[in-house]
Amino acid sequence: MSGAAVVMIVAVVLIVLALVVYLVGVILQLRNITAGLDRVIAGVGQILEKTKPVNDVVSDINEQLDAGVDLLEGLLVKKAGLVDAMGLVEGLYPGAAAEGLRNYPESKDIDAPRIGEVYTKGTLTLARLGREAPVAAASPNGPAIRNPAYATASARSLYPGGRPMEPEPLPRSPVIGTDAPVQYEQRDDIGKPRKRMPSKS
Amino acid sequence: MTLWWIGDIVLFIVVIPLAAYLLHRVYMAARSIDPSVKEIAQVAEAGSKDLDAVPLLLTTQDQVRQTVVGVAGYGASLDVIVDDAEVAA
Repeated sequence: MSGAAVVMIVAVVLIVLALVVYLVGVILQLRNITAGLDRVIAGVGQILEKTKPVNDVVSDINEQLDAGVDLLEGLLVKKAGLVDAMGLVEGLYPGAAAEGLRNYPESKDIDAPRIGEVYTKGTLTLARLGREAPVAAASPNGPAIRNPAYATASARSLYPGGRPMEPEPLPRSPVIGTDAPVQYEQRDDIGKPRKRMPSKS
Repeated sequence: MTLWWIGDIVLFIVVIPLAAYLLHRVYMAARSIDPSVKEIAQVAEAGSKDLDAVPLLLTTQDQVRQTVVGVAGYGASLDVIVDDAEVAA
């Protein structure tokens, strides 16, 4: 066998050895990767299992909340009117009126009034609890003044001149003391012996 | 004979280094995957643990339903006792 052939055989052996070493290393790494992916699949399976009812539940919650929003928006607009409703929303949550009501796209264009100029605190409550209330229909003071169609005006009429900023001045309390302009007469017998009744003899 | 030697030289200078380089690249690529897979496995387990509270959504669903029923009743009552807004002239 010539020297060149021996060198060739050595080279081939070296190549095969390198292939074996590296491929065994790759196989070991791939086995580690397989084990890791098994853990991943187990975790992802748990996630899938746990999130399975989420879609239905969240959809149902959203439907319920949508119904609630529709109801509250509709009620607010029905009772206060769209303009005043936006004023109320703006009064409670400054800046919220710009977003408008969901079911009333035109509400975004409304210039929300300062609601304190329209409704005064407690006005409606007092009005509803008073003779306007339906329960007052049998009141001995007379029939209820509730107007089903336009009673908001009745409530507003409690302050026809606008809401008073301060109470009307009351008469001043009387001045008492030694410097009081009116001095009350004192009794003479204070500090003296009690008067005795004449004895029976 | 000369061709044998030329073949040997090519083998040692080109084929063996190239094969070693490529095999090393494959091995390093395989090694680099393993830490990533382990991190993904940890994240998946942590994500699964984070979802333990999902069954509470059923309670939330029930409570939302009860709340909306209450709101509906309250709204219906208000609809009766509070008058509608004035009709714009």
